[in-house]
Amino acid sequence: MKEILSTVDAWLAAGKRVAIARVIGIEDSGPRDPGATMAVNEDGEVAGSVSGGCVEGAVVTEALDALTTGRARRCTFGYSDDQAFAVGLTCGGTVHLLVEPLDW
Amino acid sequence: MSGEIYQELRRSLRSGEPVCLVTVTNVAEEFEGLASLGAKLLVHSDGPTVGTLGDPELDRVVARDARAMLERGVTGTRHYGSHGEARREDLEMFVESFVSPSRLVIFGAVDFSRALVEVGKILGFVVTVCDARAVFATTARFPLADEVVVEWPDSYLDRVGRTLGPRDAVCVLTHDTKFDVPAILGALASDVGYIGAMGSRRTHEKRWERLLEAGASESELRARLMSPIGLDVGARTPEETAVSICAEIIAVRSGRALRTMTPLRDGSGPIH
Repeated sequence: MKEILSTVDAWLAAGKRVAIARVIGIEDSGPRDPGATMAVNEDGEVAGSVSGGCVEGAVVTEALDALTTGRARRCTFGYSDDQAFAVGLTCGGTVHLLVEPLDW
Repeated sequence: MSGEIYQELRRSLRSGEPVCLVTVTNVAEEFEGLASLGAKLLVHSDGPTVGTLGDPELDRVVARDARAMLERGVTGTRHYGSHGEARREDLEMFVESFVSPSRLVIFGAVDFSRALVEVGKILGFVVTVCDARAVFATTARFPLADEVVVEWPDSYLDRVGRTLGPRDAVCVLTHDTKFDVPAILGALASDVGYIGAMGSRRTHEKRWERLLEAGASESELRARLMSPIGLDVGARTPEETAVSICAEIIAVRSGRALRTMTPLRDGSGPIH
């Protein structure tokens, strides 16, 4: 969380809406521990990360949806096999995220 | 718009004050009207909480548990009844502890220290450089250090040693026995998790003798002192050496150092 504060401050100062995605649980292996945080602004710009780059693209979509609906949501990403462009973790783990508008 | 919880969380993180953020991450179907996904409670070690999970009794019980987790620096998931009852799974909470950043104390205001300050800052340490020589221990030479102190190592550790814990590190880079020995003895008297001392194998052997003469026990030195400091990655420059030292700090803290890595301490032959 700490590493994204400066960027989030700048976005808020510019009047942008911001969503926060956090890892709230992992099963088996996961590239980032619970607490890893990524912020997304209404233009789709990103700070921080919740995996090793595997699911961040999909998290941006979830974050923009959360900004549209104004509601928090839980998302889970599991293992992806070698299908090109499938969203998931190649390491075989599962990651649970909470994605929510920063309105708190 | 961000609100009161985020502002207080941000203030605590910036000041390094321990804080715990509790968030509702799942609500059982039959309780959907009572609690909402994303509801939050911000908990400090003491003092009033900020926000609410939706029920005063739930807030009270969760704040008590969150303080216990914060004390141990633990982050994780817990379940509660909708009024805080134990042994029920109506609500799932993600309890995230933010502890004060780890500290890195570097003795010796040398050029290797400058590089170690830089790598230490990348890793999130609060970094202190301490040297008894006022000419070298200046903020101009260590602009990224959080603190530059002109003081003898033993006197500094007399003041500060009791605040150092298992997540903190002391690196002794002076390789001058008259500074090294009191610094290492002072660090051994604290609970600091990592103690490393720089020097060639020859410097190390002489220093080891002096430490024994000064009353250090051989078993404690073997258990706690990483000397020569760093992992054996073939580092030569100050920057490479700083990476080797920080890699060793991480490996010692995670318990990997002696299983899968080669600390210079456990090898033989020239260091470079």
